[in-house]
Amino acid sequence: MQQALRIPVSGVEAIDSSDALAHAGTFRPAKKSSVTPQPAKSETRGLPLVIRDLRKSFGDNEVLRGIDLEIPAGQFVAIVGQSGCGKSTLLRLIAGLDKPTSGTISFGDAAARPEDVRVMFQEPRLLPWARVLANVEVGLGRDRKAEGAHDRARQALEEVGLADKREQWPAVLSGGQKQRVALARALVSGPRLLAFDEPLGALDALTRIAMQRLLERVWADQTFTAILVTHDVSEAVALADRVLVIEEGRIAEDITVDLARPRQRGSAELAALEGSILGQLLGPGGAG
Amino acid sequence: MSLIESLPKVGNKVRQLTVPKADGLLPWLVPLAIILIWQAASVAGLVSPRVLPAPSDVARAGWKLLWSGELGRNIWVSFWRASIGFLIGGGIGFAFGLANGLSQLSAKLTDTTLQMVRNVPHLALIPLVILWFGIDESAKLFLVALGVFFPVYLNTLHGIRTVDPQLIEMGRVYGMTDSELFRRVIFPGALPSIFVGLRFALGIMWLTLIVAETIAASSGLGYMAMQAREFMQIDVVVLSILIYALLGKVADSASRALERLTLSWHPAFSKH
Repeated sequence: MQQALRIPVSGVEAIDSSDALAHAGTFRPAKKSSVTPQPAKSETRGLPLVIRDLRKSFGDNEVLRGIDLEIPAGQFVAIVGQSGCGKSTLLRLIAGLDKPTSGTISFGDAAARPEDVRVMFQEPRLLPWARVLANVEVGLGRDRKAEGAHDRARQALEEVGLADKREQWPAVLSGGQKQRVALARALVSGPRLLAFDEPLGALDALTRIAMQRLLERVWADQTFTAILVTHDVSEAVALADRVLVIEEGRIAEDITVDLARPRQRGSAELAALEGSILGQLLGPGGAG
Repeated sequence: MSLIESLPKVGNKVRQLTVPKADGLLPWLVPLAIILIWQAASVAGLVSPRVLPAPSDVARAGWKLLWSGELGRNIWVSFWRASIGFLIGGGIGFAFGLANGLSQLSAKLTDTTLQMVRNVPHLALIPLVILWFGIDESAKLFLVALGVFFPVYLNTLHGIRTVDPQLIEMGRVYGMTDSELFRRVIFPGALPSIFVGLRFALGIMWLTLIVAETIAASSGLGYMAMQAREFMQIDVVVLSILIYALLGKVADSASRALERLTLSWHPAFSKH
């Protein structure tokens, strides 16, 4: 499939996509952690997450109506739901961007630092006046001035396949490249929990598939806990160990995706799973 | 690079539109043509020297004044007044812009007052300023500073208020302290707008100074022009006007150069 994609297409986005595909697929840069692509769960550096009776209201509008959730360390969880169901709000609470109205969120590890939890937004949110490398260094947080900050940032850029772009301005990058810089920025501090707020929503289909593979690879390499909010059910079942369906501010469905990785896109199992989740989301009328 | 090479047709089209060698001279073509036509019209007797002296006469007057040292002294005095007034007014405007952009309290306290003062044309204060300061240096500096204050203040404030809130949120999420947030996100984000204010202010700076010097001064370019009027030296009057135009151009070019230097990240300012 990668071969077929790489040969016929040309043009701005496609070049970017195929280059990312090659990177995310078979080719891996020489890195110490690439020995075990599928980490045993016991080896994970990820943070576990425990949420108890979480509620969030904006004025009279109760967006989250009591969420109870336990995510073991290192799990890849996708959260899907219709727009306005509260999935992004949940993510913002987990990331500490908003304060809950009531309830608790704990990371099960008292030693968790701010740098251990990182968010990747739907927009790249790069500083247009900073070079690519400097943008990645922003992700180091308090370690920005520490020794070796440059090297860590360079390594993170290598991880996403953009080492040669480090002296560029963000304005010259394509949409997919910008999002990969944003991913490098999120990864550079070595986070133990990474929250993704529809990070691929604005990308075209090919770049998107490439980015999904990249996400899966860095997750396997770096063994963080991943929480992915998405409206794309096929993306959720392709990437996640577990899919949570949120409806009206509550967890309506908690589905374990027990399929071996790397998963074959378009396989019957994925399609069946996707169909059943879509059925749940669209309700009895729309399942047809 | 590879993208540009893979799109040769588009690249050629862009290159054909800009002729690099003539690029630097092209803007001066029109002023040069005007001077030539003007000279020709004067020589042919189409324009009376009492209405508009020939460019050659103006140049001769300029040469004479330059030789006597009068021109240099007057330009220097005007330049000094302009820069000091600009630094004072621009500095205060910038400080208020920062304070009101960053602090709600400061904005509530002072913005309304400043907006009221802004709507008084500052040149209307000339009689009052003369009563206060006489025709002393401080009168001119005060007027220039007042004129420069508002464009700098308004554009600094606007720049800071319109910094992308998503970037500010990103900065906070990534653990930037307040001072880091200002240095790395807010100030660079406000800079394009601050430059707009700067260029407006430079225009107002010359305008105010010339008016103030024409009305109440004993030195400077405006004074030189008024003296020449008294003695019917129309060539010196025209010379002063041309010098204003040149000084304005110099100030504008300086701010543009500064813009290109600091805003090279901005697609609109980057030149390759």
